[in-house]
Amino acid sequence: MTSPARDIVLRVEHLTMRFGGLLAVQDLSFEAGREVITALIGPNGAGKTTVFNCITGFYKPSEGRIALQRGNPKLWDELEVLTGSGARSVRRGDGALFLLERMPDYLVTQQAKVTRTFQNIRLFQGMSVLENLLVAQHNPLMLASGFTVLGILGFRSYGRAQRDAIDKARHWLDKIGLLGRADDAAGELPYGAQRRLEVARAMCTDPVLLCLDEPAAGLNPRESSELNELLLSIRQDHSTSILLIEHDMSVVMGISDHIVVLDHGVKIADGAPDAVRNDQNVIAAYLGIEEDEVKQAEAEAGL
Amino acid sequence: MTAKSPSPAPRSDVLRAVKDAVAAALLACLLFLPLVAFKTVQSMRNELVLETRWGYFFALVAVVGLVRFFHVLVVSPWLAKRLTKSTASSAPASTLRTAFAKWFAPLALGFVTVYPFVVLVLTGFGGAVKWIDNFGIQILIYVMLGWGLNIVVGLAGLLDLGYVAFYAVGAYSSALLAKTLGFSFWMLLPLAGMFAAFWGILLGFPVLRLRGDYLAIVTLAFGEIIRLILINWVPVTNGSAGIGGIPRPTFFGIPFDDSATGFAAVFGLEFTPIYRTIFLYYVILALALLTAFITVRLRRLPMGRAWEALREDEIACRSLGINTTNTKLTAFAMGAMLAGFAGSFFSARQGFISPESFTFIESATILSIVVLGGMGSQIGVAIAAIVLVGGTEIMRELDFLKTIFGADFDPIQYRMLLFGLAMVLIMIWKPRGLISTREPSVFLKERKTIAADLLKEGRG
Repeated sequence: MTSPARDIVLRVEHLTMRFGGLLAVQDLSFEAGREVITALIGPNGAGKTTVFNCITGFYKPSEGRIALQRGNPKLWDELEVLTGSGARSVRRGDGALFLLERMPDYLVTQQAKVTRTFQNIRLFQGMSVLENLLVAQHNPLMLASGFTVLGILGFRSYGRAQRDAIDKARHWLDKIGLLGRADDAAGELPYGAQRRLEVARAMCTDPVLLCLDEPAAGLNPRESSELNELLLSIRQDHSTSILLIEHDMSVVMGISDHIVVLDHGVKIADGAPDAVRNDQNVIAAYLGIEEDEVKQAEAEAGL
Repeated sequence: MTAKSPSPAPRSDVLRAVKDAVAAALLACLLFLPLVAFKTVQSMRNELVLETRWGYFFALVAVVGLVRFFHVLVVSPWLAKRLTKSTASSAPASTLRTAFAKWFAPLALGFVTVYPFVVLVLTGFGGAVKWIDNFGIQILIYVMLGWGLNIVVGLAGLLDLGYVAFYAVGAYSSALLAKTLGFSFWMLLPLAGMFAAFWGILLGFPVLRLRGDYLAIVTLAFGEIIRLILINWVPVTNGSAGIGGIPRPTFFGIPFDDSATGFAAVFGLEFTPIYRTIFLYYVILALALLTAFITVRLRRLPMGRAWEALREDEIACRSLGINTTNTKLTAFAMGAMLAGFAGSFFSARQGFISPESFTFIESATILSIVVLGGMGSQIGVAIAAIVLVGGTEIMRELDFLKTIFGADFDPIQYRMLLFGLAMVLIMIWKPRGLISTREPSVFLKERKTIAADLLKEGRG
């Protein structure tokens, strides 16, 4: 941690989110490292999904700053200038810096390249698997079709762009083992395959930061370990950073490099998996009280 | 039919049929007692007098009972037998279906292209105008409107109950521009489309956040607002009296009249009004095909895919970087533009327009064409338009019914009965429309049809 700014992709500072009288997230600050898997964990109702919604622009935070940087890390030095200027982003030839709390949801994906998945899978069920992956490449394809005008007139450039897009989709389908089912409706796939498809669809937007909301929920152990491999290969091969909400500890402890623990909207621990695993606050939050205390109580009761 | 069956129906079957028939007749009694048995008439002294029509009443109840008896005893066992037989030999049926799917569109296209000449040969110059105008042009206008609305409702999943407003904007803007500035039909066509698209965007902005029922209510109100403006803004629109004397379209500058420079004289033909009708037929055919072409192309472009994705899941769209505001507005604008084209054509064809042509019932007709045809399906919508609009027109032709039901029987009054019947049949037989499945816009190995129950309707 000598130069923390150098390998950070996302910086959340003093994030607070209020819904009327309810304080869902309170003064939360954490950083997500570049090309690293950061896990956000906590008991139910801790405010994890709210944090996700703030980062991806679905909610406008009540207070706080969410900054994302890609390319040359020197751009972090301009953070204060950008905040003061009132603009959404600074863009240079070799990178860009964004203030996500100032951007609407679709621009967070389109420009800042932060893409998310959902706790309850949100695929386009009535569209084929391949179409799902092409919708994810909407913006580059839109440009290639001359905002539809050239496409309607049948220009070649769009055909070429679509072939490239299909190749990219094919690459991801191969990776998640669904190449054989490319032409089936997404809604017909088994649950585990739908989870993987949602990750692949998010990856088709070429994200800098991939936000996964409980990707292993409802998966069996085998599917869950396949997902681990997929996420590790995404981190390695695609220079994508991952931010992960997860309850499945085998996934969290198995693949994450850094864990942030939330409870009742407040950060209670932040660090490497081993440190977090043994943190007294974390154990208390998950189990109510410590294990020793349970034994002590049992002994006193004469059990 | 009963003679063919090897053994007579067992007693229990007959008993069951009788029971069913009696139950149906009783139900019919309840229903027809207030509807048919009693009739209020105004007497000479302006008093309401209750009349009874027991003859009609008992006849209807008896018919219901007999039909039910026949259905339970004969029709439904026959249907069941046919069903088991058809599942046993489904392979030839499916090849038949793929052959149908492959050949239907080209054959239909060929038929509509030669239709006016077929009619000319069959009915001669005298009767052809009616068949080309009432059946050809009228149906094609609704096919085009159905396809246009299909973009908004079927693809983008935005339920629009005020579609006729854009049709009205197209018709009035082209009529007014033709009368005041003297523009020709071919200039007015794109202008009317642009005006209608502009109004589509204008409507789109305030309703961006609405979906499903709420959107339907606002669009319904919008349709009524446009109609009321047309009625009340008398200095411009001439109110309920409408606008007459709209210049008719010309054949690239050559008018369809009996003058020396008219179409007939120029081409050395004998003058009849049929040439204009045939010309108008091909204009609306071209416009309808343009609509179909645009829709087919758009479905394969990112814009069309975004519309369908919007229908499936709006939040997922936003998470993938799709600007849903623009996507919705383009859907509204595209649908409105096509309605504007149709409206411009309508005003040129009629030569006279008034707010009466743009009532809510028109929106409802177009929407029912889309719903009956199957949202998102081009061929389904075309078939539904032919059945509903053609069926209405056919009813005008059923004059022989007057010999049965008396001289003051007007079959056209039973138009809504036809609509209702079509709706009920479709709901029983195919609750999601004639063609409710979806063809993917792109495929890797083979095109697999997507089942209707996976498709969303944009109510989320």
